[in-house]
Amino acid sequence: MPDPTQPTETTEALVAPHSLRYTYKRSVGPIMGKFFTALREGRLVGVRRSDGSVMCPPKEYDPETAAALSEMVDLGDSGVVTTWAWVKTPRAKQPLDHAFAYALIQLDGADTPLLHAVDAGSESHMSTGMRVKARWKDERVGHITDIACFEPAEEGA
Amino acid sequence: MSDESAEGPVEIIQCPVELDYTYTAGQATTRFLRGVGEGKLLGQRCIVCGKIYVASRGACPIHGVPTGPETVEVSDKGTLVSFSIVRIPSENLSVDPPFAAISVLLDGSDSTFMHVLSDCPLEEVRMGMRVEAVWIPKEEWTTSLKNITHFRPLDEPDAPYDSYKEHL
Amino acid sequence: MRDVAVVSFAQSPHVRREQNRNEVEILMPVVREARERSGIAHDEIDFVCSGSTDYLAGQSFAFVAGLDGIGAWPPVSESHVEMDGAWALYEAWVKIQMGYADTALVYGFGKSSPGDLPEVMALQLDPYVLTPLWPDAVSMAALQARKCLDEGVLTEADMAAVAARDRRHAESNPFAQVKGSADPEALLAEPTLVSPLRKHDCAPISDGAAAVILAADDVARRVCERPAWISGIHHIVEPQDPGLRDLTRSRSTEIAADKAGVGAGTVDVAEIHGPFTHQEILIEKALGLGPDTTVNPSGGALAANPMMTAGLIRIGEAARRIQDGSAGRTVAHATSGPCLQQNLVCVMEGR
Repeated sequence: MPDPTQPTETTEALVAPHSLRYTYKRSVGPIMGKFFTALREGRLVGVRRSDGSVMCPPKEYDPETAAALSEMVDLGDSGVVTTWAWVKTPRAKQPLDHAFAYALIQLDGADTPLLHAVDAGSESHMSTGMRVKARWKDERVGHITDIACFEPAEEGA
Repeated sequence: MSDESAEGPVEIIQCPVELDYTYTAGQATTRFLRGVGEGKLLGQRCIVCGKIYVASRGACPIHGVPTGPETVEVSDKGTLVSFSIVRIPSENLSVDPPFAAISVLLDGSDSTFMHVLSDCPLEEVRMGMRVEAVWIPKEEWTTSLKNITHFRPLDEPDAPYDSYKEHL
Repeated sequence: MRDVAVVSFAQSPHVRREQNRNEVEILMPVVREARERSGIAHDEIDFVCSGSTDYLAGQSFAFVAGLDGIGAWPPVSESHVEMDGAWALYEAWVKIQMGYADTALVYGFGKSSPGDLPEVMALQLDPYVLTPLWPDAVSMAALQARKCLDEGVLTEADMAAVAARDRRHAESNPFAQVKGSADPEALLAEPTLVSPLRKHDCAPISDGAAAVILAADDVARRVCERPAWISGIHHIVEPQDPGLRDLTRSRSTEIAADKAGVGAGTVDVAEIHGPFTHQEILIEKALGLGPDTTVNPSGGALAANPMMTAGLIRIGEAARRIQDGSAGRTVAHATSGPCLQQNLVCVMEGR
C-alpha cells in the first residue's frame, strides 16, 4: 500500500482565475408572488397553515401535511430574534458591509421565523428575544433584499 | 398604492449567482499547457493500452489509470473527423458565426481535439480533410490554448476513412 | 433482504488545498486501492455510483470527468447523486437488494479549495428568500448552535470537549487533516469566528476522495475474511427551511436510527458526520448512544471534511473497525443540507 501521507505530485500545477456567472431569473408562483409583491409595497405577509398557524416566508404547501395553502395573512414588520449568529467580517455578497448578525426573526403575527440580517452595531447589542424592525430600502423591486436589514427596535415598538 | 398595484403582481425575481474560483489545472493538464506555451502539443500515454491522449486530463477513460508522467509530442497537423457549422453567436467565442466547430485527430494522437476551422469556405468543410493549427506569434505565447487561434486546411489529399473511423 | 457488506474502503489523505492535482487525479489512486483491496476485478463490478457537486470546484459535470478515473469502457452501469457519497452507497445498496447487482463501487470526491466553500454552500438553501441573502455555511450552523446553547441543550464546554476528543483521536489517523488538540479550556479561551462558534467548532475545509466496495452474499464471503454486513440503513429528510424545524434535536436522525435498528444491540463504534461540534452532540443524542460506544475514533468530520465524501468516509471507517476485528457492531452517520437537514444511518456488524 502506498504511504498515504506522501503526496504523489511531481510538478507545480498551473492555476488561473475562473468565474462563473449565472443570470438566473426565477418564477415565483402565486403564493411567493404575493410575498414578493407585498415586499415591493413595503409590507410583509405570511400564509396560514393547515393547523391555523402562520408561516413566513410563505410556502405553497404545508410542510407537515402537504396541503395546498392559499390564505395570506398580513404581518407586522417588527418581530423577535429567536437565534442569531454574529458575522465579524462580512463577505462581499452579504447584506451589510460591516459586522452584523444573521438572525431568525419571528415577525409579529407569524409562528415561524424568517432569516435576515440585523444591523446592531456590535455583538453586545444582540440578544435572543430582542425586538427588531425592518429597515426598508427606498427603491423596492419585489425581492427579499427590499428589506435592507432589520435593526434593534424599542421595547414595545 | 394604486401606482404600485398598477405594476401588477411580482412574477419573476432576479437571482444572480456569481462565484469566483482559483482553477488548478492538475498534473496532466499542466503538462499539456506547459507544452503549448512552447509551441508543442504534448500527448500522454495510457500505461495499460498505450493510447496517446491530447489533451489528457490525467486518466485513460477506458482503463481508469493515470496517463503520463512522460509526454509524447504529437503533430499540430491532423485529420478533421467531424464538424458542425455553428450559426448561433456566443459572447464566449472569439470567432463570429457562421464557422465550423471541428473535431481533429492530430497525427500521432489517439484522441480527438475540438477546435475551430477558418480560412476555408464552409461548403468545402468535409470529413477526412487535412488541417493544421495556426499559432499566434511566438512572442505572444502563454500557457494557454489561445496560442492556437484556429485550424486551416492543408493542401494535401483527404485521409482515407479507415484511418479515422474509430474516432467518430 | 439480501446480505450486503462493505468489503473494501480506501481514502485519500485529506488536505486543505490539493493545489497540484485535479479531482480525477485525486480520485484515481483511491478507486484503484479500493478495488485492489477487494480483490474484485474491474469487470466484476456490476454498478458504479458516486457523490459530488460541481459547485465546489466550479467545473460543470465533474462527475462525468470523475468517470475517467474509474474506466467506463466498455460502458458501465452508473449513477450519481448530487450529495455525499453515503447516499450513493444507499442507492447502490438498493440496487443490490433489488437483484440488479451483486457488487458495487461507490465513491465520493470533493475539491473545495478552488472556491469559497462557506459561500458556495449558500446555494443549497432556498433560492428565493435565503440564497439571495448569502448566509454562509458557518453562519447557518451558528444559528443552530446558539439555539441549542440558549435552550440549554448543550454548553460551549461540551462543544470544546467534542473538538478536543476528535482531534485527539485523529492523531492516529494518517489521513486526517486536523489532529492534536489543546485542552478544552484553552480552546474556549480562543475568540469566536462566527459567534457563538469558534474555529475549533468548525470542520476544516478539505480536498479529498474516498471509495467503498459493496458485495452481496457469497461474493462478499469469498473476497473478504470479515465483511462488514449492513444490518440496517435508512435516511430521512426534514424541511429545507431551518425556520420550520426544531434545530435543537435531529428528528430525522432519530427516525433513521430507529428504522436502521441502532438500538437492537450494543454499538462498539459510532462514526458521526458532524461538520460542527454542536451537530456532533445532537447526532450522538439522536442515535441514543451509551457510554460504552467509542465515538469518532477516526476524528470524524472535525478532523477532515471533504465535501460529498465525509459521510461515505464515516461508513468506510465504521466498516474498517469490523473488518480488522476491533469492533463487532458499528454505526455510521452521514448528513447533508443546512443545519442537519438530511441524515443517513448505517448499522454494520461482523458475523
